[in-house]
Amino acid sequence: MSAANWRNAMNSGAGRAAMRSAGGGTLVAGNRGLTPISAGWNFGGIFASVRPRHIVVLAFLLAYPWFATPFFTFQIGAQSLALGLIALSLTFLGGYGGMVSLAQMTVAGIAGYGVAIFGAASAVDAAISLGWPWWVAVLISIAIATLCATFIGWLSVRTEGIYTIMITLAVGVAFYYLCLQNYSVFNGFQGFQRVQAPTVLGVNLRDPLPFYYLVLFWSLAGYFLVKYLLRAPFGIALQGIRDNPRRMNALGFNVTAHRVAAYAVAGVMAAVAGVLLVWYNGLIGPGSVGTSWIINILIIAVLGGMRHPIGAFIGAIVFVLLQTFAIDVFDRERFNLVIGVVFLVIVLFSPDGLLGWWSGIKSKFPTRGGVR
Amino acid sequence: MRRSWKIFWTLVIGLPLAAFVVWGLWDNTRLFAVTLLNGLTLASLYFIVAAGFTLVFGLMRNVNLAHGSLYLLGGYVGFLVAQHTGWFVLALAAGFAGAALVGLLMQVSVFRFMPGQDLRQTMVTIALSIIIADVLLWWLGATVHQMDAPGWLSGPLRDIPLIKAYSKYRLMLLPIGIAIGVALWLFLNRTRVGMMIRAGVDDRAMLSAAGVNVNVLFAVTFAIGAGLAGLGGVIGAVELSMVPGEDVRLLLASLIVVIIGGMGSVVGAALGATILGVAETYGLTYAPTYSVVFTFLILVLVLAFRPRGFLGRPA
Repeated sequence: MSAANWRNAMNSGAGRAAMRSAGGGTLVAGNRGLTPISAGWNFGGIFASVRPRHIVVLAFLLAYPWFATPFFTFQIGAQSLALGLIALSLTFLGGYGGMVSLAQMTVAGIAGYGVAIFGAASAVDAAISLGWPWWVAVLISIAIATLCATFIGWLSVRTEGIYTIMITLAVGVAFYYLCLQNYSVFNGFQGFQRVQAPTVLGVNLRDPLPFYYLVLFWSLAGYFLVKYLLRAPFGIALQGIRDNPRRMNALGFNVTAHRVAAYAVAGVMAAVAGVLLVWYNGLIGPGSVGTSWIINILIIAVLGGMRHPIGAFIGAIVFVLLQTFAIDVFDRERFNLVIGVVFLVIVLFSPDGLLGWWSGIKSKFPTRGGVR
Repeated sequence: MRRSWKIFWTLVIGLPLAAFVVWGLWDNTRLFAVTLLNGLTLASLYFIVAAGFTLVFGLMRNVNLAHGSLYLLGGYVGFLVAQHTGWFVLALAAGFAGAALVGLLMQVSVFRFMPGQDLRQTMVTIALSIIIADVLLWWLGATVHQMDAPGWLSGPLRDIPLIKAYSKYRLMLLPIGIAIGVALWLFLNRTRVGMMIRAGVDDRAMLSAAGVNVNVLFAVTFAIGAGLAGLGGVIGAVELSMVPGEDVRLLLASLIVVIIGGMGSVVGAALGATILGVAETYGLTYAPTYSVVFTFLILVLVLAFRPRGFLGRPA
């Protein structure tokens, strides 16, 4: 161990500032140098920053369902994008706000439960479901989930750093047990079955093709929202707060308000994704908001890398592919072991996820585009 | 906070509580007393598990989210040993040793190489918890394992005033918890290693400069912390049951106990465990489908008024 490492280790508990530089350094705050508040991006020249690869990816995403089988469109495409959107909300909070919240799946779950409770579910659950029109149910669910996310944020920003993980995990697991125990509102262990996407203007959103485009639309919306926010004054202040809250406070920024607002924004994204996910699954129950899914969202975000919003979606695609096909190679029952080992390897050897791995390769073979 | 606000909040929280106690005693005194005893014994188990969690956190700033898995591991090891030898005390020792060994391995092989990176360490513990939980599931299946209490502790203890009869084993949890608490306190406050651990909690850099091999100290602390989880696992294997999923339950309990009590404080863990155990048991008895809400309310209240917990200090 080098002397510098040693000093870092010894001092990391001594001061918050040291903890940020040493502790968050590799994983979360590590993108300090990589997300420059780029001088080249302004809204007049928004198309100037469009590169060929952006067009290729977008064209691929739009054309994907036309050459993929319905299975690939629905199970792989739509699921990856919906999970990616939840992970994106975590990337936004963790990567740019410095607050790794494990409650994002819980927020999505609250929205999902909302759709089932206010809207329609199977006949057995009709005693609980209110059967309101789908758009009322969806809007109310997203509003409630966002409120809950804001409240969770208000709770967890009272402490800092590593405490955030603990508090949000406690909140998430507590919500899981509430769903499991409570039969009058959450229908206990059973949850809600047959929570289906509606038919809008003659288009049945349950079909793979329309559903894929629906999810794609909201995922792109989330992605560009994050991209926009990171360049907006709010996002820049947020990144400043991640790097040095005390200094930002001294500059007159309301640190708590920015952090809670970040939770609210991430909450909206997670809530929208939660509605999409419940339509994708067609059901919601305690298992959908249990620890394994709480942690899976973290795995997705870390797997892809939290240094860029696209990482969330890359992580989601890899996760879904693993989930779908790794079980053919290994034992079906051992998926958790596979994903645990993959996560461990990523955290140990490539803390910046696949994106970090990619840029590591790229820096060995410099291209004319340079590092971006 | 201003004095009048303090009085206001004390009344807002205290009056409903007092009303509940009066109503509970008047409604069914025996049920109320039994619930209290149930709560305290559950708190005792929570304390044993959470004390290890808080010890590791206090010294190493490592949020060991694999703590629940170590609890389950200790329980299974104890179960197997008890099945083969029939000795409960041996099972306790084996559960402690098994979990301590795994904890030691984790510290020596992984955490040593990422000092000070608490977020990354936490992620590693999450990965390890998934792996340990799945290996245990693979090894022993998803069936419920229930360990029998040793002969001299099985059956009820009769002729207690008011309560009449109460499980001997369950009652025994109370002195066990207190004994472990006292032992831990003596270890931390009266021995040389304990002194080093306390010094490390306060200032690691200074301790290292004073010539203490911090890596060995970390390993010892991690082993003790993990061992306590394993010990709790054996005790819980009799009282609760061992089934995949219990690890999450105990992890949640540990998290809430240390959030309420304050990180790194053993006394805080005792206080937090008492509050959580009692609240959870009363919740389960009087409002079964909403008992988690009470736990959550306590969490919210503590975070709102004492963000670092009752006995927590600035990190």
